[in-house]
Amino acid sequence: MSAPTSNSRQSIPAPQSPFQKHALALAAMQNITGTAAGSLLNLRQQGSHEFERATWPGRKVEHWKYTSVQSLISYENASWAGPATLSREFLQQQLIPLQATRLIFVDGVFDPTMSDMMPEGVSLFSQADVEAADIIDNYLGKVAGSVDASRRNLFASLNSAWTQDGLLIHVAHNVILEKPVYLVYVNSPQQSAVTNVRTLLVMEQSANLQLVEHFLSADSSVASHNFVNAMTEIQLGQNAQLHHTRLNLEQESVSHIGAVHINLMRDSAYNGFTVSEGSKLKRLDYQMNHCGQGASLILDGVYLARHDQQVDYHTCIEHRVPHCTSQQVFRGIVGDKAKAVFNGRIHIFEDAQKTLAEMSNRNLLTSNTAEINTKPELEIYADDVKCAHGATISQLDETALYYLMSRGISPAQAHTLLSFGFINELLASQPLEAVNTWLETWLRNRFSEDRSLISDIKPAVGTGGSH
Amino acid sequence: MLEIHELVAKVEGKQILNGLNLTIKPGEVHAIMGPNGAGKSTLGNVLTGRAGYEVVSGDVTFNGKNLFELEVEERAREGVFLAFQYPVEIPGVSNMEFLKASVDARRKHLGLPELSSFDFMKLARESSQKVSLDPAFLKRGVNEGFSGGEKKRNEIMQMMLLEPGLCILDETDSGLDIDALQVVAAGVNAMRDNHRSFIVVTHYQRLLDYIVPDYVHVLANGKIVRSGDKELAKELEAKGYSWLEKESV
Repeated sequence: MSAPTSNSRQSIPAPQSPFQKHALALAAMQNITGTAAGSLLNLRQQGSHEFERATWPGRKVEHWKYTSVQSLISYENASWAGPATLSREFLQQQLIPLQATRLIFVDGVFDPTMSDMMPEGVSLFSQADVEAADIIDNYLGKVAGSVDASRRNLFASLNSAWTQDGLLIHVAHNVILEKPVYLVYVNSPQQSAVTNVRTLLVMEQSANLQLVEHFLSADSSVASHNFVNAMTEIQLGQNAQLHHTRLNLEQESVSHIGAVHINLMRDSAYNGFTVSEGSKLKRLDYQMNHCGQGASLILDGVYLARHDQQVDYHTCIEHRVPHCTSQQVFRGIVGDKAKAVFNGRIHIFEDAQKTLAEMSNRNLLTSNTAEINTKPELEIYADDVKCAHGATISQLDETALYYLMSRGISPAQAHTLLSFGFINELLASQPLEAVNTWLETWLRNRFSEDRSLISDIKPAVGTGGSH
Repeated sequence: MLEIHELVAKVEGKQILNGLNLTIKPGEVHAIMGPNGAGKSTLGNVLTGRAGYEVVSGDVTFNGKNLFELEVEERAREGVFLAFQYPVEIPGVSNMEFLKASVDARRKHLGLPELSSFDFMKLARESSQKVSLDPAFLKRGVNEGFSGGEKKRNEIMQMMLLEPGLCILDETDSGLDIDALQVVAAGVNAMRDNHRSFIVVTHYQRLLDYIVPDYVHVLANGKIVRSGDKELAKELEAKGYSWLEKESV
């Protein structure tokens, strides 16, 4: 258990950091319009209220212990990002060639000229009809709001405070969306601008969807220094099924704080896959709540960090009810002076008997100056559950290296093959072929453009020369 | 083609090979038998250059080259091949990618052009059929989820693709059922010719009914204590190793 705020100070207003003050001023600049304006104003008000009072993260705050938000200083005078336009070539070259409904957001703003038509049930908050406004009123902020106040992430509150618009995806009862929905969030080249992204996915009973969220930078030759705060809330109704891929592949100069909040109702299934590359600041929280019996959850994750990047994953699964499962497999490769954090919390309530919860986190360190902090947090109050967790930090397997080299493969190529294989094993099991192929190419490029993600620690060479 | 002279080697500080001598001419098949702990597997690991296997003294020449001056991968490219007793599982790296990288490295060393992906695929499929492995295995991770027999057949398939000059089979028969044993033996026999030599390390005489050796050697306490023809293997099967171990001390 780790409550970041100290009780004795709750009555006194927390001192605001310059970033907090400026962030609230940015919120005040936004105009809210449309049928759903009432719900949005409530959400924003509550978000501002919480964010204003939140303790600024520092080393003594358990959930921010290993990740510094120091770099947010550079946003103390930032303005809202945009507007910007994209070239058609960019879209052809950089996006996943996926048969999907493609919706493109540039610096957080929807770009209708580049996007496909929105299918039924999908709309911007600002363009919500009465029915959509109703759904927004019922769910927006509620999924994220089910987190205990003591554990609430201040950047989730900030996201609410900054929500001027967003995207609603509503999949109705028994509807199977044949085409995946592909949401693209592009950062344009900017100096210290801020972007807010808010998505609400509500799936009714027995609905079915494949969702891909892809965060990237518009131009790799010009740096974007955006700060992106991106939150997705997901309400999975009874027996609903979702496959959700979230790719955080922006340039390393971008700061990104992201969160996915999921409520799983009875017999629903969430199948998630997350891939991240480190950056100046990258923090990703998955908050998952089993609210109905028989729900199942799979979350696979991959992270790569090099140079002086950081990447921080915090996952939390609340097993509130019996007969639910959760399986998490996270793998990371960390090189140079980069830093990675994996904090996996599993909380099994007293009533959540027959829970099956598994969590594995394996890391490959490829330099002596890289750092990995992996921490399982298990709180189990039920007595008839199966719960397994494991974490490893290692170099490449010597026996596997020897096996490859004994077939004539050079040590350098053997290192590349094994490092690639360590990650590729997780990619290969994902259902969207086009995404897998694209990611495999991306991964190969990462491994070929510099060797920092490949272990440079050479094994001793056998008997050669030692007489 | 291979000359091992007074080879002494250590593993984790313990001396395992104690002055081993062996000469193998092109095209010959030599079986090496012996009790557990005699140094049979150590020999294969020392010849291929595995880390942790330290040569104390002695020398080995392969086709006129000092083997100990070559790195692990260089020995492989020169044509030394070890079929592992326990082949390694490497999930995430496809068998096809692994095999292509191996064959490319060997061909490059021999001054041959790299095979196109199409030609290699065809060759790999043919080889997999020769060892009765479903070509679907080529797409899977290296040895990932393979049964014991499938792993051993994969080793033989690699041997076929790499066409080495010296093949060392390290207890390839251990744990194989008779069908798999016959597949492995047929693969080896198909590769026998006047140039290629084999060291067949085994604990059991049964394998030698299928791969008939030119010579049989008994390894005990880190050296060869008795050599003979295939009849020696039958004698060993009947009498065990203890009488030879006592003689060698």
